[in-house]
Amino acid sequence: MSQYVLRRLLIAIPSLLGISVVLFVVLALAPGDPFSELATNPNVPPEVQAALRAKFGLDDPIYLRYLHWLNAMLHGDWGFSFVSRMDVDKLILQRLPATLYVIGSAQILALLIAIPVGVYAATRPYSLFDQIANTLAFVGFSLPTFFTGILFILIFSVTLDWLPFVYTTDIKATGIHWVLEMIRQAIMPVAVLGLFQAASMTRFVRSAMLDVIRLDYVTTARAKGLGQATVIVKHVMRNAMIPVVTLIALQMPAVFGGAIVTEQIFRIPGIGSLLISSILSNDTPVVMAVTFVFACLVVLFNLIADVLYGWLDPRISFR
Amino acid sequence: MLDKELRSMIGQVKDGRMDRRAFIQRMAAVGLTAPLANQILALGGVAMAEGASTYKPTKRGGGGALKLLWWQGPTLLNPHFATGTKDQDGSRLFYEPLACWDPDGNMKLVLATEIPSIQNGLLAADGKSVTWRLKPGVKWHDGKPFTADDVVFTWQYIKDPATAAVTIASYRDLTVEKIDDLTVKISFPKPTPFWADAFVGAPNTILPKHLFADYTGSKSREAPTNLSPVGTGPYKFVEFKPGDLIRGVINPDYHMANRPYFDTIEMKGGGDAVSAARAVIQTGEYDFGWNIQVEDDVLLRLEKGGKGKTVYAVGGDTEFIALNFTDPNVEVDGERSSMKTKHPLFSDPVVRKALSLLVDRESVKKAIYGRAGRTTSNFLNGPEKFVSKNTSWEFNIEKAAKMLDDAGWKPGPDGIREKDGKKLKILYQTSINGPRQKTQAIVKQACQKAGIEVELKSVVASVFFSSDVANPDTYPKFYADIEMFQIPLSQPDPSQHMRRYLSTSVATKENKWQGTNFPRWVNKDYDAAINAADMEMDPVKRAALYIKANDLMWQDTVFIPVMHRLKVEAAANNLRPVISGWANETDNLFDWYREE
Repeated sequence: MSQYVLRRLLIAIPSLLGISVVLFVVLALAPGDPFSELATNPNVPPEVQAALRAKFGLDDPIYLRYLHWLNAMLHGDWGFSFVSRMDVDKLILQRLPATLYVIGSAQILALLIAIPVGVYAATRPYSLFDQIANTLAFVGFSLPTFFTGILFILIFSVTLDWLPFVYTTDIKATGIHWVLEMIRQAIMPVAVLGLFQAASMTRFVRSAMLDVIRLDYVTTARAKGLGQATVIVKHVMRNAMIPVVTLIALQMPAVFGGAIVTEQIFRIPGIGSLLISSILSNDTPVVMAVTFVFACLVVLFNLIADVLYGWLDPRISFR
Repeated sequence: MLDKELRSMIGQVKDGRMDRRAFIQRMAAVGLTAPLANQILALGGVAMAEGASTYKPTKRGGGGALKLLWWQGPTLLNPHFATGTKDQDGSRLFYEPLACWDPDGNMKLVLATEIPSIQNGLLAADGKSVTWRLKPGVKWHDGKPFTADDVVFTWQYIKDPATAAVTIASYRDLTVEKIDDLTVKISFPKPTPFWADAFVGAPNTILPKHLFADYTGSKSREAPTNLSPVGTGPYKFVEFKPGDLIRGVINPDYHMANRPYFDTIEMKGGGDAVSAARAVIQTGEYDFGWNIQVEDDVLLRLEKGGKGKTVYAVGGDTEFIALNFTDPNVEVDGERSSMKTKHPLFSDPVVRKALSLLVDRESVKKAIYGRAGRTTSNFLNGPEKFVSKNTSWEFNIEKAAKMLDDAGWKPGPDGIREKDGKKLKILYQTSINGPRQKTQAIVKQACQKAGIEVELKSVVASVFFSSDVANPDTYPKFYADIEMFQIPLSQPDPSQHMRRYLSTSVATKENKWQGTNFPRWVNKDYDAAINAADMEMDPVKRAALYIKANDLMWQDTVFIPVMHRLKVEAAANNLRPVISGWANETDNLFDWYREE
């Protein structure tokens, strides 16, 4: 087992290196530079831009810049943002709580809806409940988040005036009021994201359950006289969850990566909005750091998913 | 207006026979008002008027929280590293200049006690030096006194090329010396008619020497105060999250009486202009929204029964279509739009004139800019004093068609005009931006009716405005026949703005397209007028030179001005913001208050 994990981690190193090379080259080849806004200002002489480029090493050849970056990264130095001249790790840490809170809650909401609904729908396929759940799921994943987000704002903020639609990180309250306010402002973004993901996940859970529920061993379990609940939870769900675990594990890095669209709409200062604004301003160190951490997390969660398989289905062995 | 007449009027103001307002009204009658009309008086020996204040509260604080929404949040808080106005806006909450500009373009004193003039002896008659007296008793937020040393240090800090300050252009040629603790003298190498640049306005705020002295030159990035400013301003710094949030609290020792009004201030970033307008005008979650470049229809709809309104400020920003005087399709020595070529179509002035007749500015205003735009025939639209009254514009497809007919541009079998085998086909580029694409469509339609085929192209703003030498789609490269955008006029004086188009500044491969004259227009009379204006201390003659320069551009159809754009902001109904078209939005923040 531990040997298996070690081997997987070693295999991950070249792929992460490859990912970082591709990211770096693509970013370096992309047009524009972080100081392009200066060019439109007639008061700023072009030399300033040239000096800044030289100062931040943007004029070096790509391979040198990459090696510098890699070397610094190996020493735990993530570099500094060209745009805010702040250290990248600080910048990311500032943004992380909001993302973890909002996206994490949305994932939990999605799971809380998808698993019970999917399981129950699968036990009674084509019943009225199943039909309604299916229809709602289709509606849910056909509506993009930028649409539902704006719709929610129009209904709950503009018309009803119940919820704020600008997310603030400094709520001027303490104790229970602070908690309530945090929940209140997160309701809309969490609902938008959570329902969207719940929709597709429900479909997935349902079909995974249906694949298993007709197998002979389930009939055997029922024939033994086990109750419906035991059959479904202990025998069907455990086997049906294997593909679902993969799906969830692969979505976990997204909790870190944030949700670019939803974060923009509700002005949530998360990683997603940091990433998009850094991409727009060509802030290479920040884009590199965020995407690279994202890549690491994808590799890590893939590994976790594989380990989880073994626990869910002991027939899968680690070799 | 005759020079002599003006001088006698200035004399009358000096003696008190004519009051200042009457003078300004007389000037207005001949198109000479606004910021520099006041500078005329200053140079004529009468002190510049200090902008009147509309501030009403009679005690400091008590106004609660002021919530500002900047949909592009500031990313750093050192004004001299600002990559855009958003960073200057954020820095200005805490740092202060010696003086700033009010909505009429008058000077307002901040850290200085007197507006320099020839009369009070602070402005040299030859325009080669200006002396500022600093307000006594001003303290930095950490309690250290503000003195002339800070001003001198700020100059040294900026002018060091290794600091890479974006404001270097305003400081590198001048000398700042300390006369005493509360007096500084700025000396210019040559007569400087517009002396109110260094240390004036939000981009030019003063830094505390005791916190930045160890971080000049190449160490400038490491200063902790880059992200946690200690200034002299109305609000003290509390917290900063780049791109997301700035928080401040009232400065109880602020040096202006009864100010500021608000107890705390918050500047939130992120999102887009439309939803910012919504959060201010419709739901009232925020008090003020910055730069609401949203279609007027949408704003009018939001304003109906809303909690806020739009606020406009007139400056000198002109949205224009520039014509390429060189050939973008022929490559000479590895360079397109080379100075060795001539534009195949635009070398005929009739084509340029016809094109100008085909831009329907009234429709652009009606359909796109609404209250945020004014139609104009001039490239230079402010300050008032410099705006030419000699130009005109019209939209007339028939006239354009007739002009082209007369010049030999006859419609071919496909309806497109041609002459000597050259077809009237034009590539029209701009940056990606809703209003710009709509303007393109309006112009294209009119051109089609007149037998000119227009191909539209839109480039992502981050590419279009970049100086990336390798990218063919930047505006300085100008690999198109016409292109549209605007260059903001960031101070109430046209000198920097108009210098861009000197024939010595053409953007070429040789200068890596860093040259500022992107239409590649060369005109000796223009060069002479601009160079003379730069040295001219007589304000009336100087204004006349800029008007002449503008008229030369108009005669040659170098630019087709599309719209004189106003600043648009959103504010809560009870907020009384003070916004100047000549300054950053937060430049007059100390005068903001809420009507109870």
